[in-house]
Amino acid sequence: MQALYAQLLVGLINGSFYALLSLGLAVIFGMLNIINFAHGALYMMGAFCAYFLLNIGGINYWWALLLAPIIVGIFGMILERTLLQWLTGLDHLYGLLLTFGIALIVQGLFQNYFGSSGLPYAIPDQLRGGMNLGFMFLPIYRGWVVVFSLVICVATWFLIERTRLGAYLRAATENPTLVRAFGINVPRMITLTYGLGVGLAALAGVLSAPINQVRPLMGADLIIVVFAVVVIGGMGSIMGSIITGFALGVIEGLTKYFYPEASNTVVFVLMVLVLLVKPTGLTGRAA
Amino acid sequence: MTSITDETLPITPRAVRDEMIVFVIMAALLAIVPFTGLYPFFVMQALCFALLACAFNLLIGYGGLLSFGHAMFLGTAGYCSAHALKVWGLPPELGILTGIAGAFVLSIITGYISIRRQGIYFSMITLALSQLLYFVYLQTPFTHGEDGIQGIPQGRLFGFIDLSKPTTLYYVVLVGFLAGFLLIFRTINSPFGEVLKSIRENEQRAISLGYKTDQYKLLAYILSGTIAGFAGSLKVFVAQNASLTDVHWSMSGEIVLMTLVGGLGTVFGPVVGAFVIIAMQQYLAGFGQWVTVIQGVIFVACVLTFRRGVVGEIAHLFKRSL
Repeated sequence: MQALYAQLLVGLINGSFYALLSLGLAVIFGMLNIINFAHGALYMMGAFCAYFLLNIGGINYWWALLLAPIIVGIFGMILERTLLQWLTGLDHLYGLLLTFGIALIVQGLFQNYFGSSGLPYAIPDQLRGGMNLGFMFLPIYRGWVVVFSLVICVATWFLIERTRLGAYLRAATENPTLVRAFGINVPRMITLTYGLGVGLAALAGVLSAPINQVRPLMGADLIIVVFAVVVIGGMGSIMGSIITGFALGVIEGLTKYFYPEASNTVVFVLMVLVLLVKPTGLTGRAA
Repeated sequence: MTSITDETLPITPRAVRDEMIVFVIMAALLAIVPFTGLYPFFVMQALCFALLACAFNLLIGYGGLLSFGHAMFLGTAGYCSAHALKVWGLPPELGILTGIAGAFVLSIITGYISIRRQGIYFSMITLALSQLLYFVYLQTPFTHGEDGIQGIPQGRLFGFIDLSKPTTLYYVVLVGFLAGFLLIFRTINSPFGEVLKSIRENEQRAISLGYKTDQYKLLAYILSGTIAGFAGSLKVFVAQNASLTDVHWSMSGEIVLMTLVGGLGTVFGPVVGAFVIIAMQQYLAGFGQWVTVIQGVIFVACVLTFRRGVVGEIAHLFKRSL
């Protein structure tokens, strides 16, 4: 039973990353009509950012948790201003191709300088050790990742669904021209939205740095799984992305325990099943 | 919203005549390659990728479906052929057929699943399916995991054509490429191809005209996947191995890149693109990951400033269909 709980925990952690990443993808897709293929690369940059902050600047984990998403988010906003904004009015597929190119550039550059092996990032002192819950041993850092991700996900949901800024954002998603007519600076909102989505990816990167090590290709395979998560959940609803992300992480964890051979593929198999039964995705509207 | 291929010239007898002339020139140029001192291995490899990119282009350029998983056909056909040749000891012609059959079956299954969604979702689904297959091939014993299937015998085609001679192999690959190319060319210029283009331009209208668009898209997908598989089978004879690289997502990305550079939705673009990208990899082989970086830069540059691609720009300049 110990092993089962441990795999469930791993599943929840992976689910947190799926949720944070697919949330960002959904927010970006809503505003920019772009599937951000660079999301995995930006997640990796978040982790590297934390690594640099610690090893060069001597800035600890807690500040990295705040600074890395801001730094990478600004990088994302620069990308949006210099490259992505020229895609307006073109077929959606060009957005996929352009961001794929960006991902190749970023990952290639990091591989050039850091190789493909992992760099260690220590768990902060306050989160070391573990707790005995009676039925299992819980490493504190892992519990922290799950709880903190959940808080961030819900906060993002609240920001978009319950605040005035979020209302503007949802309105601009539906009809940007009309929202502009009300005097709201939609291009600036688009840039900020991209920054927000990218910041969420970078945050996931910082959270994963102590668990998965910091590697140039850490986001490359992850983003494909997240795409499958997005296909399963659909991008219509924020809460849908969050729940799907966590649920799939848990299912993956269970698979690791009961049938480890399929743990790499279970999300993709589920995607196939969902497509056969409900092609629009679990929460999605018809695209 | 402009479509991914923004101008379609009508198929006129003149356009088809122009394209046939260019085809004959291309075939003639490729036929004299062994006498020019060019490295035949390089050209053979480029031909396999050219056919692969042409098959991919049939889907994106004429059906508007961007597959981000076409490497799965390359890899699957490669593994099937390699297994048939090495383990079962089949002759080359049957080895190729085994590869094509594998890709055919795979394209029916994955096509049935992926055409349920359009646009961006189609790309994500094909990518996810090819990743699924990648992990399957990583774990199943017959592919030999990370090692791949090595040292595949080339054998004698139809019992008398010795494929271990580079020049002979070159002409066999060339004939295979030209046959596949002509099949795609014929498809594009057929009534079927016309319907496909109408689906790309406006699927709703095609449906309202009574076309069962899902069947057309599935058929195009199967055709594209099977021809891609043929390219994968040919590549087995050239490279004499079948490995996980051929199923990896980065390979799918390279196929997209070749077609993008040459020109999406142009007849000859994927061929030009394949030669450009393979040549680039050849010359930059010593620079490690810079190849990836440069590929990324080409992606970005093509999307932002060069969406017609090499052949598309030329065709636009002369107002011809190429």
